[in-house]
Amino acid sequence: MTNALETYALKITSLAKTYKGGFQALKGIDLNVKQGDFFALLGPNGAGKSTTIGVITSLVNKTQGQVSVYGYDIDTDLEKAKSFIGLVPQEFNFNQFEPLVNILVNQAGYYGVDRKTALVRAEKYLKQLELWDKRNSAGRELSGGMKRRLMIARALMHEPKMLILDEPTAGVDIEIRRGMWEFLRELNEQGITIILTTHYLEEAETLCRNIAIINDGKIVENTSMKGLLSKLDIETFILDLSPYPNKITLNDISYRIIDDHTLEVDLQKSQNLNLVFSQLSAQNVEVLSMRNKSNRLEALFVNLISKKEAK
Amino acid sequence: MNNSIALKSILNKEIQRFMRIWVQTLVPPAITISLYFVIFGSLIGSRIGEMGGFDYMSFIVPGLIMMSVITNSYSNVASSFFSAKWQRNVEEMLVAPVPNWVIVAGYVGGGMARGILVGLIVTLVSLLFVDIQIHNIWVIIATVSLTSATFALGGLINAIFAGSFDDISIIPTFILTPLTYLGGVFYSISLLPEFWQGVSQINPIVYMVNAFRYGFLGISDVSITTAFAVIGFFIITLFIIAMTLISKGIGLRS
Repeated sequence: MTNALETYALKITSLAKTYKGGFQALKGIDLNVKQGDFFALLGPNGAGKSTTIGVITSLVNKTQGQVSVYGYDIDTDLEKAKSFIGLVPQEFNFNQFEPLVNILVNQAGYYGVDRKTALVRAEKYLKQLELWDKRNSAGRELSGGMKRRLMIARALMHEPKMLILDEPTAGVDIEIRRGMWEFLRELNEQGITIILTTHYLEEAETLCRNIAIINDGKIVENTSMKGLLSKLDIETFILDLSPYPNKITLNDISYRIIDDHTLEVDLQKSQNLNLVFSQLSAQNVEVLSMRNKSNRLEALFVNLISKKEAK
Repeated sequence: MNNSIALKSILNKEIQRFMRIWVQTLVPPAITISLYFVIFGSLIGSRIGEMGGFDYMSFIVPGLIMMSVITNSYSNVASSFFSAKWQRNVEEMLVAPVPNWVIVAGYVGGGMARGILVGLIVTLVSLLFVDIQIHNIWVIIATVSLTSATFALGGLINAIFAGSFDDISIIPTFILTPLTYLGGVFYSISLLPEFWQGVSQINPIVYMVNAFRYGFLGISDVSITTAFAVIGFFIITLFIIAMTLISKGIGLRS
């Protein structure tokens, strides 16, 4: 049973972690994630993302601070708090010699799910994640993408209210990655809170509603994805053009000629796309199609991190 | 949270593991014990004559069974728990709401299951060489269960501290094997000079082997009450140590 008055799936207050040897991985972070949110936790390597997840899931002992999951403090109600969490860790951590079905059924058992129910769920998730044909294979026989999907299936076996995914699509090809995105979206629509760390900023931008950026053990930004992206003063568009004989020149606009039919233009918020179209039209160049350049978040991310490092 | 399901899951996993690799886990003790019977029982034993009022072959059977139980209970938990640490699948349990006592009980139960199963196999093999008599079945059951639990706990503690596969073979090689061989498996400690009889009494395996032998033959070098008190002391002490280590996350949590 969840705490009825609790609106946050996760509340972190003044969380700090210093490892043996003195490395300060977390320097007092505060973070709240609402129930049902799709939340991104971004940061460069070594910023503290995995340590934060480790503390939430009790794999890392915190030095100080409070963490509560659906209203249950991990210091006083650890087992209750754990029962709400499904974890997909960054590294493969299942028994490589065990058949997939056993891995899933045993994992469900650790959460008190009986074998009969666990077998039904195992079939459901293995089918949804396209692993059913491999159900009797040992973990080591799977490809990298399959192993990642197996860990997602395993994390769902006790039907958690909050799913934490640490770099879930690392090393996964584009087609499978997009399939996983769709699956995660469906889970979120069913009400599961999802917290995601990723290196693919496009992934965070596509999936997440709220975002925190962590750097050097501190939260440097914590806002909605829309709010963060609105901070961008410049938006980049990619234009596919008809073949043009002469060199294109655009006044008052920053642009780059990528090849003989592709142009990238950076528009400031105050500028209008018509300014581009009218100048191209005057030079007898047709715009065949146009799209936003993805990874807008990347520019912002680099900007935020570099600002912090410059201080 | 239903702890009995979690306990059953760990137990199932552990039993499935050693059954999956039965050629490595169940066959070697049967072969080793057959060799002991052929060499020490038939070839050499026939020249030794009686020991404790029984022919030598009958005298060593309980000790040989107990030796297999001790080795297999210990090594099952040591290698399984260390592998789980090494492959990091121990995290599957650590992130779940499984109480620490369930983790300890699950692994110890797995070690006991292998130790007792190997004990049964070795007993069946020994029937090919000697007629086994039973003096007190309850003493046999209690001794084999408690001894396998003791060494399963020892294997768990070893695995918690181990940082490499070498670390889980050091204690069996340098401590467990000498203690077992000097634990009265092949001889009655009453044959030793008085000083070495005294030294033998600090070896816990002496109590386990003798209690077990009492169950079969009705003879023992030590009092059965003392033997169970010693085994009980070791179980409680090792259980407290294992629980403390897991609760503190030694070797498991950063």
